[in-house]
Amino acid sequence: MNKLIMGRYLPGDSLIYQLDPRGKFLLTFYFVGIVFFANNVASYVFLMAFVLFAVYLSKINFGFFIKGLRPIFWLILFTVLLQLFFTPSSHPIWHWGFLTLSKESMVIASYIFVRFVLIIFISTLLTLTTTPIEISDSIESILKPLKKVNFPVTQVALMLSIALRFVPLLVDETTKIMDAQRARGVDFGEGGLIKRIKSFVPILIPLFVSSFSIAYDLAIAMESRGYKDGEGRSKYRVLKWSKRDNVTVLVMLAVTIILLFIRSY
Amino acid sequence: MEITFEHVTHSYDANSPMANLGLDDVSLKINDKKFTAIVGQTGSGKSTLVRHINALLKPTAGKIIVGDRVITSETNNKNLKPLRKKVGMVFQFPESQLFEETVEKDIMFGPMNFGFSESEAKDAAHKMIELVGLNQDYLQKSPFDLSGGQMRRVAIAGVLASNPETIILDEPTAGLDPVGRHEIMDLFKSLQTKGKTIILITHNMDDVANYADEMAVMSQGKLVASGLPSDVFNSQKLLEDDLLTLPQSAQFAQSLAKKYFQFDKLPITIDELSAEIKQQVNGD
Ligand SMILES: Nc1ncnc2c1ncn2[C@@H]1O[C@H](COP(=O)(O)OP(=O)(O)OP(=O)(O)O)[C@@H](O)[C@H]1O
Ligand SMILES: [Mg+2]
Repeated sequence: MNKLIMGRYLPGDSLIYQLDPRGKFLLTFYFVGIVFFANNVASYVFLMAFVLFAVYLSKINFGFFIKGLRPIFWLILFTVLLQLFFTPSSHPIWHWGFLTLSKESMVIASYIFVRFVLIIFISTLLTLTTTPIEISDSIESILKPLKKVNFPVTQVALMLSIALRFVPLLVDETTKIMDAQRARGVDFGEGGLIKRIKSFVPILIPLFVSSFSIAYDLAIAMESRGYKDGEGRSKYRVLKWSKRDNVTVLVMLAVTIILLFIRSY
Repeated sequence: MEITFEHVTHSYDANSPMANLGLDDVSLKINDKKFTAIVGQTGSGKSTLVRHINALLKPTAGKIIVGDRVITSETNNKNLKPLRKKVGMVFQFPESQLFEETVEKDIMFGPMNFGFSESEAKDAAHKMIELVGLNQDYLQKSPFDLSGGQMRRVAIAGVLASNPETIILDEPTAGLDPVGRHEIMDLFKSLQTKGKTIILITHNMDDVANYADEMAVMSQGKLVASGLPSDVFNSQKLLEDDLLTLPQSAQFAQSLAKKYFQFDKLPITIDELSAEIKQQVNGD
């Protein structure tokens, strides 16, 4: 349960870990964008090679990336099958009723599949090597220009990091409460639907009560330590943009240019 | 019910790089109808240990024998109710389990889950609320309107109401006033004399000395000592390694021993201490 919600950060150390999270965050989105420019075998192979190289640089066991595919396995399968059998074609190899299978549809389906894999791998790479708090810091830093139009950037960032801090707290709290109710004879996940839903009441109520009291305590604790948002707050975790990050941006530009050359028009 | 731990190891997050040993090869026998205290520093594995007794946690290796049930890593989650009916557990922060509209309903929740009829459960609630030192008026209050100490008593009543054979108490008196603490501890002792097995986790060595028949000392997931409190508190090694502190009577005796007095074995309760002093003063 813990790992499911906690984000999937995996403590480690390698070049990818050391990159500035802002750069990683933006470049990941950028890469997801340019994946859609690929439109032939060469371009997909090229992007795949790039992603695998980045995975290699992270020094993270490849298994973790495969695991990243698992949650959306059915979505991938569904989309691929849809493309495979429902792409209209003038030269079907096989057809039955409204289902057709053609060479083009096979090609398109495999592109779609590779596209999924690329996007999942690159975003898994981001979440495995970047802590949630680093991501929230990056978002704050990226949104900073919006301060000019009175967008409450620091508040939003604070909300984000508190929310992130609450996730593990709530998970712990839920486990604790579930244990206590189990000890009083509740069987979670047994019996019919109604019974199952009912068995969650004894968790949800204490959970609500305690999350309010945690939130309340947190607010008081922050105030009593003099928290005040707005101008002039210095940062505990300072993000530092270094040469490595410049190089990464250049590499990404190069990838874009090469991609634009080898894709077909 | 006799409870036996045989080479029990428990690893939290066993399959992740962050695995940590909550219990490390613990073998321990907890005797039937005895009052056993478990002590040890924060994080030493006390709560982890007792959660195995009603199968809230399962061992990574080894087994636990509770009466006629055996719990191993393979034990499945079905059919644990009979075990959990026999082994009642008051958690470290029991107030976080309250959820019903009234105290009465909350106390009835456990018994009803374990197959008591509504009227039996109600009877139990009425009996237990008095037992934990609150009067009948509290039954119709909302559990959320109570003070922390009162919530704790209600939660304890909720566990006792199912009439378990073995009662596990994880720091049940934390946050209670001194008088309240004595009342609650006396209650547990009296339950023991009525034939229950009591397992108490505590940081209060005086409670151990005054109430427990047997004790176990945990450190870093390992069982480092077990036996009679009078023997365990006299173990020089445990004291030197800071794994244990002495009850007040024993500390007092230690100070006395610096001048005039001499103790072969440190007295651990006030009664023992005063008897010993009397004897030595009169004997001179
Ligand atoms: N849910 C959990 N996940 C991971 N590790 C845990 C979990 N619960 C406890 N631990 C670890 O197991 C060890 C033993 O914890 P445990 O709660 O049994 O200690 P304890 O002796 O009850 O301490 P305390 O006196 O503070 O209640 C600790 O090192 C703790 O960090
Ligand atoms: Mg504990």
